[in-house]
Amino acid sequence: MCLAIPGKIIELDKDKEHATVDYGDGTKRKANITLVSVKTGDYVLVHAGFAIEVLNEKEAKETLDIFREMLSPGEDI
Amino acid sequence: MFSLKDKSLADEIVSKIKKLDVDIKFMHVCGTHQDTLVKNGLDILLRDCGIEIGQGPGCPVCVTTPREIEEMLLLSRKGKTVTSFGDMINVPGETESLRSIRSEGCDVRTVYGIEDAVKIAKANPKKEIVFMAVGFETTAPTTASVILNNNPPDNFSILSCHRTIPEALKAIIEMGEIKLDGLIEPGHVSTIIGTKPYEFLSKDYNIPQVVAGFEPIDILMSSWMLVQQIENGKSLVQNEYKRAVHEEGNVKAQKAIKEVFYSADLEWRGFPTIPKSGLLLNDKFEKYDARKKFKDDLEELKNKKFFEHKGCRCGELLRGLVTPKECPLFGQACTPETPVGPCMVSIEGSCNIEYRYSEK
Repeated sequence: MCLAIPGKIIELDKDKEHATVDYGDGTKRKANITLVSVKTGDYVLVHAGFAIEVLNEKEAKETLDIFREMLSPGEDI
Repeated sequence: MFSLKDKSLADEIVSKIKKLDVDIKFMHVCGTHQDTLVKNGLDILLRDCGIEIGQGPGCPVCVTTPREIEEMLLLSRKGKTVTSFGDMINVPGETESLRSIRSEGCDVRTVYGIEDAVKIAKANPKKEIVFMAVGFETTAPTTASVILNNNPPDNFSILSCHRTIPEALKAIIEMGEIKLDGLIEPGHVSTIIGTKPYEFLSKDYNIPQVVAGFEPIDILMSSWMLVQQIENGKSLVQNEYKRAVHEEGNVKAQKAIKEVFYSADLEWRGFPTIPKSGLLLNDKFEKYDARKKFKDDLEELKNKKFFEHKGCRCGELLRGLVTPKECPLFGQACTPETPVGPCMVSIEGSCNIEYRYSEK
């Protein structure tokens, strides 16, 4: 139920309420974008036909590096 | 899209946890977390490290009550077209499920989301279309958005079964049936609510918490973060899923929820009434409230008492007290093809997940 799939916004509809999302596996589908502020090229999480949040691309790319840093000795909470 | 696979990092986390020689129990509340755990064998790997992780009431279909299912069955039998998510229509009610009453001529349709249900209503102006709105904070804003922005037609209504997670976690802790050393918080619920609504749990009950993503590395890292908190005597809310979850959450979605719903005391399957844990439609939107619109149709359920199916341990499972294999029905009388309880129906239910990935 709370499954949300990441995808990239490739085109905004004229009504500004929907956009075409490319899921990277050949699937392209419309999603409702009224719960987020997005532009073409943004990555979003889509749940039940709605984009629920914009993914932070920089944070995503740095995730593993951040984790490695957190594991290093002396890293406190 | 973004690859988060890194075996050496995963190995490093596991070996670091192992060295600490812990014997602790965590709970998560999300079917997708359970899927990641079981699919990748992380449940076994972490158990070897001294960490037991169980799924609590984190499956919206599973916690939907027998009463709510009977409400939908009754509305359907009284001629309404009933719509809901796929898993929901397969959950057995007292004697039938929404799927099985199709054979009585009832019009029950599966939808991907609420927008599809509104489309059915617009295409069938002479029919009453009721959408069974299940789901946590992740799904509630989709319902709210449609009510606020789509101007659904008058023949469309909602039976709200939306519920909120922090209140259920509080109930689990207060009931005191299970001792938990840490909570793994649901990443997608948290994209909406942020991290603040969990803070009272750490403050009032000294419980460490980490908001987690859904890749195997997310689960391992979150476990490490919880272990670190425990080792350092801390109880905080940490965010491991920063690529998707902001501290303040999705404010736009929160505003939509607040405008459309009010927090109500609600029962969850396996639980007594949990204060302020339900989201019901505000009076302003009562024309979309199926319980008000069809009050007379639903009258016969008003004083009815509901019971779990004999032998089904879904209630205890949702409170984190047993594992699927501790239920005598598991894999025998209860399978995904012949489910007795909702935890075997839903792909987010721990029995269904256990069954799907277990050797047969």
